[in-house]
Amino acid sequence: MRSYDLHALRDAVGIVLQKNVLFSGTVRENLLWGNKNASDEMLWEACRIACADEFLNNMPNGLDTELGQGGVNFSGGQKQRLCIARTLLKKPKILIFDDSTSAVDTATEGHIRAALGALPEVTKIVIAQRVTSVMGTDKIIILDDGKVHAVGTHQTLLESDPIYKEIYASQMKGGDSDAGKSNQR
Amino acid sequence: MPARAISGKKPKDLRFTLASLLSYMGRHKFLLLVVAVLVTVSAFANLLGTYMIRPVVNNLADGNTRTLLLGVLLTAVIYAVGVACSYGYTQTMVRVAQKVLFDIRRDLFAHMQTLPLKFFDTRQHGDVMSYFTNDVDTISDALNNSFAMVIQSFIQIVGTLTLLFVLNWQLTLVVALCYVVMFLYIRFSGKRSKAYYTRQQKSLGDLDGYIEEMVNGQKVVKVFNHESDNLEVFRAKNEALRKAGTGAQGYAATMIPAVVSISYVNYAIVAILGGIMALKGMTDVGSLASYLVFVRQSAAPINQFTQQSNFLLAALAGAERVFEAMRQKPEVDDGKVTLVHAENHDGKLCVCAKKTGLWAWKKPDGTLVPLCGDVRFEHVKFGYNAKKPVLQDISLYAKPGQKIAFVGSTGAGKTTITNLINRFYDVQGGKILYDGIDVRDIKKDDLRRSLGIVLQDTHLFTGTIADNIRFGKLDATQEEIEAAAKIANADSFIRRLPNGYNTMVTSDGANLSQGQRQLLAIARAAVADPPVLILDEATSSIDTRTEALIEKGMDSLMEGRTVFVIAHRLSTVRNANAIMVLEHGEIVERGDHEDLLRQKGMYYRLYNGMFELS
Repeated sequence: MRSYDLHALRDAVGIVLQKNVLFSGTVRENLLWGNKNASDEMLWEACRIACADEFLNNMPNGLDTELGQGGVNFSGGQKQRLCIARTLLKKPKILIFDDSTSAVDTATEGHIRAALGALPEVTKIVIAQRVTSVMGTDKIIILDDGKVHAVGTHQTLLESDPIYKEIYASQMKGGDSDAGKSNQR
Repeated sequence: MPARAISGKKPKDLRFTLASLLSYMGRHKFLLLVVAVLVTVSAFANLLGTYMIRPVVNNLADGNTRTLLLGVLLTAVIYAVGVACSYGYTQTMVRVAQKVLFDIRRDLFAHMQTLPLKFFDTRQHGDVMSYFTNDVDTISDALNNSFAMVIQSFIQIVGTLTLLFVLNWQLTLVVALCYVVMFLYIRFSGKRSKAYYTRQQKSLGDLDGYIEEMVNGQKVVKVFNHESDNLEVFRAKNEALRKAGTGAQGYAATMIPAVVSISYVNYAIVAILGGIMALKGMTDVGSLASYLVFVRQSAAPINQFTQQSNFLLAALAGAERVFEAMRQKPEVDDGKVTLVHAENHDGKLCVCAKKTGLWAWKKPDGTLVPLCGDVRFEHVKFGYNAKKPVLQDISLYAKPGQKIAFVGSTGAGKTTITNLINRFYDVQGGKILYDGIDVRDIKKDDLRRSLGIVLQDTHLFTGTIADNIRFGKLDATQEEIEAAAKIANADSFIRRLPNGYNTMVTSDGANLSQGQRQLLAIARAAVADPPVLILDEATSSIDTRTEALIEKGMDSLMEGRTVFVIAHRLSTVRNANAIMVLEHGEIVERGDHEDLLRQKGMYYRLYNGMFELS
């Protein structure tokens, strides 16, 4: 890892952070951080995958809607979706989601996940609280106190791992599915 | 925009800025009077000292030693008084200046805290900070030195002209003509540089705003490899500042050489003409000597006047921004109903001075209404801007002690509802009643004291953990803080921190995890002990296992309170008394968990994770 040029490495990796930061300016200006040469079609395409197109379509100025510092005039879930779109525009080889859909409702998250799943040739690393966020992945890693506790798929972990079972139960009991640990594809 | 900047601000704004600044200075009338007297004395001492050359030189010519010595001694005394006065007024002025700046900063901060959220939402935070630093600094520079100096120079210029006129009125006509030329030039370039100073202060604020945002978003900058692009944006902003600065200083810098050149020309002409007049016996040599020194000296106050007026121009530009911010309308707060401690005397409520644990609303007519936490929405309409309504015709009620949950997709208006209860914004139609009182009639401080809010994004301040919890109730004791932390289940992790409750929280709690921050926020609400609690995604950053652990704490926190819960996790809301399903600003379903599941509507679909987007 350390032998990579830092610029090249960061260019190939896209991270959607837990604390999403947007800057003052328009939605378009913020999205262009991902790829400053992106066309309108590319911007809308990224927004579509991130499920940000529906609320942007409802705004009178669309992509040119002004954001206050930190995106104060958007709701938490909307900001997260814009952050996802911004990262997608980078077309990274590795995509890391650090708890980045926590404020998005389960249904919308499902749509985003499905659209992301369709992206070919991209390694996705998902850090999440919700089991539903990770259950469709190729490999789930359970971390406990900084150590790898267990590795497996949703099915195998559900059968063998007590922590995963506990997490799963605590979320399924509530109806929608939540919390969890890290996972990898 | 540039066209407007070049033409300068409207004179009305300038007058307002000056009036505001003068009103601040007016608070120190006595000290300013002292300054004025000392300045005047010092200016006259300078003038008189120069004037003394005439009798001294004439005495020298007459060879009268006694009067000569007397004259020299008198001159020395006059200059000594002048120096003493200069020292006195500069010292006094520094004191006045610092007091004025102290007042301005205090009032600006106080005013800023009364401004609605919209003010901060529409500005870069660094720009707001620039009011307190760069803009106030320009005023400081001007007041510390320039103000008194400009007055002194002005008196000296007028005095010099008068004396010159007395000494030789013919020559003075030439001098006066040169003065007029100088002033015309100063006025011309002053106007120009004022426009640039205004632009410079704006650019400075803009630059500060950008720096502050990028420092905050440094992680995102790195993740997107955006360093070089940022450098480009920064370069552009820096360039704008450089241009404005060059313009301002450039015009300012031409003033002094221009004035000096004119005054040399002036001196040459006067010396030749004066020489001719003295040769023809039209004037005595002493007068001419004194006169020529005056003409030489007159350049100094003019230079000083020019130089210092530049600082004044910069100060006006800064003051304009400061007072403009102070002119922003504060949050509307015409509520008359206040929250008071109450006592129960045989079933009758009475106002009580000491803390009783019992609160009541005091109406303007003196009647008391017990604080229960009954909240009703009646046909509430609202939109952040007129074009786009966010809430339409929302009606709901929450009886004291009930738990009301809001669910719905992002942007459906859940957070907006809580913003309205808090009166961060006011309803545009319908009304919200709190214990039967329209929230707009309640004093904002008191309304917010009666509400506890835990937001998704917890803001922590620099200070200890205990200080941060105490933010909910400033006079909380250590025991109360620890009890609140126990309710929130934060006590155990706090005790494991190196210094326990005295651990420092730095830069917005970067040393704590999201979950820990959230626990602190819950403890903060617990210590305030409000009758109404708003939980806006309060547990979304906590994993479900931890959430299960604090559930007990949350339950005891919620007990006996009216609670509004916003959550994506239906596990958080299922035991609510009523669940409101919001969609596009309307309540599309309401009922308890079982009811809603039976309806097989949107809640059912959300619950089963099969909600389809329209």
